[in-house]
Order: sequence, then structure tokens, then C-alpha cells
Amino acid sequence: MQELLQQVVSGIATGGIFASLALALVLIYNAMGLVNFAQGEMAMLATFVALALIDHGMNYWIAFPVTLVIAFAGGIAIERVVIRPVERAPILTLVIVTLGLATLINGLAGFIFGYVPRAFPSPFPVQTVNILGALASYQDLGVIAVSAVVLLAIYLLLQHTTVGLTMRAAAHHPEASRLLGVRVSWMLALGWGLASAVGSVSGIMVAPILLLQPNMMQTIIIYAFAAAVLGGIESPIGAVVGGVIVGVTVNLAGVYLPFVGGDLQLAVALAIIVGVLVLKPNGLFGRPSVRRV
Amino acid sequence: MLTRIRNSPPRYWLVVVVILFFIGLPTVISSFQASEWAQVLVLAIAIMGLNILVGYSGQISLGHGAFMAIGAYTFAILIHRYRMNYLVAIPLAGLLTGGIGFLFGVPALRLSALYLALATFALAVVTPSLIKRPAELTGGVQGIILPPVDPPPAAGAAFTALTGTPMTSDQWIYYLTLAFALVLFWLAWNLVRHRAGRAMRAVRDGEVAAAASGVNIAGYKTLAFGISALYAGIAGALFGLAVGFVSPDTFPVSLSIQLLVGAVVGGLASIPGPLIGAIFAYFLPIESNQWVPAQTWIPSQIASTVEKAGPAVTYGVVLILIMIFAPNGVVGLVTAGYARLRRRLRGAADRENGQMPPDPQTV
Repeated sequence: MQELLQQVVSGIATGGIFASLALALVLIYNAMGLVNFAQGEMAMLATFVALALIDHGMNYWIAFPVTLVIAFAGGIAIERVVIRPVERAPILTLVIVTLGLATLINGLAGFIFGYVPRAFPSPFPVQTVNILGALASYQDLGVIAVSAVVLLAIYLLLQHTTVGLTMRAAAHHPEASRLLGVRVSWMLALGWGLASAVGSVSGIMVAPILLLQPNMMQTIIIYAFAAAVLGGIESPIGAVVGGVIVGVTVNLAGVYLPFVGGDLQLAVALAIIVGVLVLKPNGLFGRPSVRRV
Repeated sequence: MLTRIRNSPPRYWLVVVVILFFIGLPTVISSFQASEWAQVLVLAIAIMGLNILVGYSGQISLGHGAFMAIGAYTFAILIHRYRMNYLVAIPLAGLLTGGIGFLFGVPALRLSALYLALATFALAVVTPSLIKRPAELTGGVQGIILPPVDPPPAAGAAFTALTGTPMTSDQWIYYLTLAFALVLFWLAWNLVRHRAGRAMRAVRDGEVAAAASGVNIAGYKTLAFGISALYAGIAGALFGLAVGFVSPDTFPVSLSIQLLVGAVVGGLASIPGPLIGAIFAYFLPIESNQWVPAQTWIPSQIASTVEKAGPAVTYGVVLILIMIFAPNGVVGLVTAGYARLRRRLRGAADRENGQMPPDPQTV
């Protein structure tokens, strides 16, 4: 029982990491109806930036927000340069462009920072703390706290500020928003910047566990896909709930199902994706889409 | 007959020239180069499969490497375990993979293009670890080593008579792959020109309109998946034959990306596109190894980094640029350029005769 509780806590921590990346996917999906296959690679590149800042002597808690700002600017730049020309193209084109972006960023990171895995500092102590009889590591609790703060901040931004309202309006009714003076195209760029910043949180949180190298996010992005699909790909709250469910499920499956073990955890994510898409395509929180024929 | 040949469009002659080029190629290049070109043809077959699915039926797959893996492992297990003749095992592997692809196409029907991309991408990432699991069947991490094949005496004798040197195993595999490629390209050409191809394109361009015209949407979509997987399966089997072994790391997610790059670069929904795309996708990573000159003053670490990162960077840049500037790939560019050239030349001739070309607006 105690071990189970411990696994659940560490599952929630990984779930928080998945949730950040899934939320980034949802933000871009809501802005332009596209799943950004490059989200994980963008987060990985931001994590390398964070490491470079820390290696140059910057304090972790200063480097963290600085990285988010850089990632935000980078996200906007990517949208302006790469996505803008194909904004109205068919979905196939957009998917291929983001895949190309993923490949490009992966290669660039390898080119600049090399392929040798690097240790990434964690600001949290290695000790464990006793909660209700279960031993939870400060690392896990810290990740949960940071993820919760970031997710809450995004929620407040989207639901309770004018910028958030404008962004949602631009996504749902581009024409009407344009008539009311909203610069819809810039709202898309803002969405990309925001997604890039949120996604990079997941990279920075996962790097101490996985070691930082260009392919670090290749598996995390699959879990984030699973989380986003499970939550209903247009729902920010769904992404968070989906992230936690996927985190806990994958963790428990890895420990308690001997067939799964460590190396088939990714297959659990695939099973979640396929299962949800076939049985309940709108996920837990998504609205069924109605199409006019 | 003679007039039919004389009146055939110029592109038919181009096809003949290309086929003759590929038949003659091994007589002028080394045996090692022949094995490289065999892999180009393998890629071309797989990309043609992807092209039928993405280009003609409008369904996206980012996980075609997984179908190649199924084909390659079926082939390897049939040979290694059941001692089957490799000439029988290749089509069998293709048929089995095609069947699996057909079944995969059924749940895919329920998914929108975006979800399908997502699911197939996840499949491509998971494939290597899925292969490792049934270790007694697939050989686990080590994979399966395949016995080398010898050219049949008749083919060997013919080759020796032509070139004066004995035929190597690689050269024989090249010709075998070429034969499969020719047949499969010919079948694809026929497919897209006839009823099934027209139906697939109708589904791609307007599902509702196609359904209203009596096209069986679900049937043609799953059919496209099945045919596409059949191509990938045969390509996978030939790949195993050409490389001599199969292992989980032979089919990473980057293989699926490589196939997509090939399909996009060559030109979606075109028959010569996959061949051009395969040449590009195969030789780019190899050529990028030579971008850093082997100078002593360049540290080996930097050289090896460029070697690893070069293909990824170039693939990425090429994918983005092609999608933005030339969505129809190389074939699209060439066709558009040719049409423009012809228009201009015809216009010039007409002006010399004192005749103005008809104004396209009024015709």
C-alpha cells in the first residue's frame, strides 16, 4: 500500500511534466487546429538554453524565468518565419512543416550542443519526506509544485485577462474578431510563444531525470500526445487531468505489470492514444465536433 | 504498331531511358555501389506505397517505417525459422504486411487527418521497443542475421557474358530489387489511372462529393492503406535481403521521417516522384558525411557532430522550404517549368508566322 502510494506520487510528478507539454499542444491546437509535432524539440532546445545560462553562473531560479522569456520569443519567431507562410494551407502541409521543424531543431541542437548526454541541475534536495506513511522525494514534490504554478498561471491568463479573452476569441471566431479590431494573426503568434514557454517547463523539469540530449523529448512528446488526446485535445483542463492520469497509469503499469516493465511503458501511451481515439475521440473534456455537410 | 510507338508522348521515351539506365547501371559501377542503389530502389518502393496513401488517397501516415519493419521481420522469420526460399518469402511478407495494413485502415477510418498523423507517429516511435519484446521470435536486441544469397547460374552467366566479371551477390540483389520496383511502379501507374485511383482521388479532394457520387469511401480508404502497407512490406523484405540482417534499431522513427521526406521532395501524387525522392533521401545522409573535409586540423568530435546533425538539419530545412515554396515537389517544379517553356516556345513560333497566340481569357 505504501509502495503504491509512493508510485502514485511519483506518477503525479511525471504527470505534471506531461501536462505542461500537453497544455502547450492544446494551446496551439486551439489557436489553429494543428498538433505541433515540434513542441517537444522546442522544449528540448529551451532546456539547452537554460543549461547554458546556468553554466555561465546564473542562479537556477533566475535562469528559469529568463529561459521562459527566451522560449516565448523563440516561439513567436518560429510562428512568424515558418508557420505564417502556410497558415491557410491544408492540414497535411502544416503537419509536415512542424515535422520538418522538429527534425531541424533536433539537428540544430545536436550541431550546437553535441549528442553527449549532460547532467542537468535540480534545485530540489535529494532527500525524501514522509507524507501519510509514504515516502515522497522532494524532487517529485518540487516538480508537482512548479507544474501546478505554471498551469494555474496559464489558466488565469486565458480565463481572466483581456489578452486571454482576445486569444480565445481569435481562435474561435477569426472573422468576427478581425471586425472588432483584433489582430488575429498576431494572436496566433502569441499562442505559439505561450505554448513554447509552457512546453519548455516540461523540458526543464524532466532534464534532471532523463539527462539532457537532443533526443530527450522524443518519448515525452508521445506521453504528451496521449495526455492531450485523453483530455480532449481542445481542453486545457483536460490536458492537465490527462497528463496526471497518463503519468500515474504509465508509472503503475511499469511497476506492477510484469509484461510491461520498463521498456514497454511507451506502448502503454500508444495504447491510450489508439484506445481513446477509437472509443471516445473527444476525450474526457472535449466537445463533440459537429460538421456541416 | 510502329505508328503507335512513334506517336507515343515524349514522356514514354523518358521512361524507357530511365529503365535502360537502371538496367545498365551495375555494369559500370562497383558491386558496393550496386548495393547502395539497391537500397535506393527499396526506398523508392516504400515511398511509392506512402505516396499512394498520402498523395492519392489523402490519408497521412507518419509511421510507414513500422510497416517496413513488419515486412522485414516476416521475411527474416520465414527464412531463418522456416527455411523458406527467399524468392517466395518476399511476396509473402508483402501480402502479410498488406493484410495488417488493411486491418489498420479500419480504425483509421474513424480518425481525422490530424489524429491519424498522431497515432501513426506514436506507432513509429514505439515500434523498436515492440519488436524487442518477443525475443525468441525476433531475436530481441540482436535481431536476426540472414544467410547471404547467391545469384542463380543463368543470371550470373548472362552478367559475365556482358561485363566479363562474375556477378556478385550484391549485384544480384540489385537486379532482384529492380525487378520488384519495375513491377510495383507499373502496378501503381495502372492503379492511379483507373477506377480505384480515380475513386481515391475523389475521396481525397471531397469526401462528401465522392460519397454522393457513389464512391465507397470506407472501402477505398482501407484499400489504400492495404496497398500502401503491401508496398512497404515488400520494401522491408528487400531491405532485409540487401542489408543481410534485421534489428530493432534498423527501424527507428527517423526511417519514417526519411520516407516522408522522400515522398514530399519527389512530389506527392506523382509516379516518378518516389524515385527522385528516394535518390535524395538515400544519398543526402551519405553525402553529408563528406561535407567536413577530412582535415587534421578539424577536431574529430566536431566532424562527427556535423556528420550526425547534418542530415537532420538538411531534412528539416528541405521539408519546410518545399512545403512553403513547392508543395508539389521536384516533379511539380519540372512539370510547371516544362509547361511554361512550351507555352513560351509556341508563342514565339506563332509570332514569327504573324499569328498571335489565342488569348487564354477569351477561349
